[in-house]
Amino acid sequence: MSTPHEGRDEHADPHLQHHFGSMAQQYDSGKFGMWLFLVTEVLLFGGLFCAYAVYRANHPEIFAYAHQFLDKTLGGLNTLVLIVSSLTMAMAVRCAQLGQQRRLKQMLAATLLCACVFLGVKGVEYEHKWKHGLLWGTRYVPQGETAAPAAAETTVETTVAAAVPADGGTTLPHAATGPEGLADRQQADHDGATHGGHGPMGPAPRNVHLFFGIYFVMTGLHGIHVLAGMVAIVWLLRRSAAGEFGPEYFAPVDFVGLYWHLVDLIWIFLFPLLYLIH
Amino acid sequence: MSTQDATAAPPAAGSENYLNCSHGFRSWFFTLDHKRIGVMYLASILSFFLLGGILALLIRTELLTPTRTLMSADDYNKVFTLHGAIMIFLFIIPGIPAALGNFVLPLMLGAKDVALPRLNLASYHLYLVGALIAVLSIVQGGVDAGWTFYAPYSTTTNTAVVTLTFGVFVLGFSSVFTGLNFIVTMHKMRPAGMGWFDMPLMLWALYATSIIQVLATPILGITMVLLIVERVMGIGIFDPALGGDPVLYQHFFWFYSHPAVYIMILPAMGIISEVVSVFSRKHIFGYRAIAYSSIAIAAFSFLVWGHHMFTSGQSELMNMIFSALTFSVSIPSAVKMFNWLSTMYKGSIRFDTPMIYALSFMFLFGIGGLTGLFLGSLATDVHLHDTYFVVAHFHYVMFGGTVIAFLAGLHYWWPKMFGRMYDEKWGRISAIVISVGFNITFFTQFVMGSQGMPRRYYAYVDKFEPYHVISSFGSYLMAAGFFMTAWYLVKSLYRGRPAPVNPWGGGSMEWQAASPPVVHNFTDEPVGGDPYDYANQAYDPALGGYVLRKTEVSDR
Repeated sequence: MSTPHEGRDEHADPHLQHHFGSMAQQYDSGKFGMWLFLVTEVLLFGGLFCAYAVYRANHPEIFAYAHQFLDKTLGGLNTLVLIVSSLTMAMAVRCAQLGQQRRLKQMLAATLLCACVFLGVKGVEYEHKWKHGLLWGTRYVPQGETAAPAAAETTVETTVAAAVPADGGTTLPHAATGPEGLADRQQADHDGATHGGHGPMGPAPRNVHLFFGIYFVMTGLHGIHVLAGMVAIVWLLRRSAAGEFGPEYFAPVDFVGLYWHLVDLIWIFLFPLLYLIH
Repeated sequence: MSTQDATAAPPAAGSENYLNCSHGFRSWFFTLDHKRIGVMYLASILSFFLLGGILALLIRTELLTPTRTLMSADDYNKVFTLHGAIMIFLFIIPGIPAALGNFVLPLMLGAKDVALPRLNLASYHLYLVGALIAVLSIVQGGVDAGWTFYAPYSTTTNTAVVTLTFGVFVLGFSSVFTGLNFIVTMHKMRPAGMGWFDMPLMLWALYATSIIQVLATPILGITMVLLIVERVMGIGIFDPALGGDPVLYQHFFWFYSHPAVYIMILPAMGIISEVVSVFSRKHIFGYRAIAYSSIAIAAFSFLVWGHHMFTSGQSELMNMIFSALTFSVSIPSAVKMFNWLSTMYKGSIRFDTPMIYALSFMFLFGIGGLTGLFLGSLATDVHLHDTYFVVAHFHYVMFGGTVIAFLAGLHYWWPKMFGRMYDEKWGRISAIVISVGFNITFFTQFVMGSQGMPRRYYAYVDKFEPYHVISSFGSYLMAAGFFMTAWYLVKSLYRGRPAPVNPWGGGSMEWQAASPPVVHNFTDEPVGGDPYDYANQAYDPALGGYVLRKTEVSDR
């Protein structure tokens, strides 16, 4: 009976680890591992998509109303940027396989640039939301610069009540901040705000903040994944500057490429689900 | 097979193996050797088992009287929360796969290492970081939300929920990476002659476990992220005060945590499959049925989470569906049980310590599994929900099942891991003491639970006092058994008889490596074949272990 370690070439590639029989076995193992990791990533986001589905099914009016505050142009621009970055990433993998060192570095740099543009545009969008108080949970104080101070006080009250120990006992929220109380207050806030200048968005339903909560968690987690991808691309750039990749050894470029396409793909789902609904 | 004789000799003093090949903190902490990583995991999980066990003794001591015995009600809430969280996330989930599995999996495949050794080390480092973050919550004053962290209490209590849940989040990654690594290893590192159905059943069990780890743990990750975001930023997704849905949290949590129960029990079943066959000196009965039932349990595990929410306002239709699916899990579990019993039938059974634990497992897991049916049926669950009956049920499954099987595996592979034999007499005595103590502790809890004693209560009505006293004394007996075990195992490291290559007559490949194995596991290519074929083995009294018969082997 033979094992994969038999017949191992003593003069094998320096990248070949001791416990593998061949570069092919090592590459296959790495690629399989990467695909499994991507499965876990899909499931990680799957939880959020599930939460999205539950809330959208239970409160369609929140989504129909709140998505109007998202900027379709900027979202569309970002979608385009990410699709281009996927193309440059795929070309980088091809360059590594063909041993085209200069083009490999160019393509990786182009991907990195696209990632920066994406995060920049995302930052502009976030800043816009921040300015207009279109935030999550208790910090949802739409538009009203005038209404903001009063709302900010109640914000502190409700969130801090949960965080600060009163007497060492439990600090459940008071009945006054229960579902009806808070929702009514926000309704009132928003009724005042709709005159403030956001245009004809229609009457605000209750609990609009839930949409922005989901929006920030989903795009935020996606943004963190983009950042992680950028770190990986910088790492690839450093290694490709040393000329490490070629037709014999391109696995890291390939694997980061797979990850990058997944990050792209998740955005392809996020964009229509958050920006383009009716 | 002249090589067999060479490796069969007990390790001469100073012969090089994975334990003594290099020294110093760095040579261990940054090792890529799966055996050293397994040993580090073992040391870590046993430390946390000790911590969790001490917390359990505090709980039992507090419950000796119906009112205050040791601590305040708030401290009691923190102690049972930490007991649960530490035992589940720091001990049982990584216990068998990451500690014992890491050690034996490549050896059973005749491989030099797992497929992704650096990821393996990263998994251990993440485990350590996550564990330390989780333990940091004690310094911050503890957590009182229960190990399930149900919203909205967990999002409003003033205790260190964020720290503990962030620790759990990090530990989740550790678990995912272990599972991912094992799957890749079993797909890509099997030797040329070994098909899927030539693998030892321990590997089938680890494979099924790994699938659950990879597919379920990300959901725990996102749930913990949402819980942390909820607490830190007040996002409102689980908070009814903000229009959120707390039952959604329960769905998310149990979508991971029910499959996680099978992360705990499946590798335990794998150990029992090995031990029962080896100590009955008889080929495992129904190999394929046991292999498929592991996969079936993994598949069912994803479809039953709703049975934790029978009383949470789920629709009746969903309750019925989840109840029916829950009952289906008993089919593959029973397939295993009957196959083990059939393996023992007409075998020549040896009552060594691992086998005593395996028999104890079958008895205790039988009770744990059957009482699960009481809880899986809707009408009785309404009565028994959140009582000590539930506590007793999952301790019979988790402790009577997983921990007892972990001890079976620990004793079974101890000679291979450390090259020393432990004291067999004390091994048997403490196995019996632990099993008896366990039954005294938890069987009384079935009785008081069925009479209405609610779980997690600090003060209780006087009529339950006798049960609590009996239960507490059972736990002290169990603790005595564990201290005995710790004593003779540690002693064996220094004074134990050097272990032969194959002390029990196991047929899988790890018993062809030296005890303890060399750095690259095998000095010569191991011989494959049926892992449950004992006909070609002969006992050599001079070695105190088994060797392969030369003539039979050369035919292969």
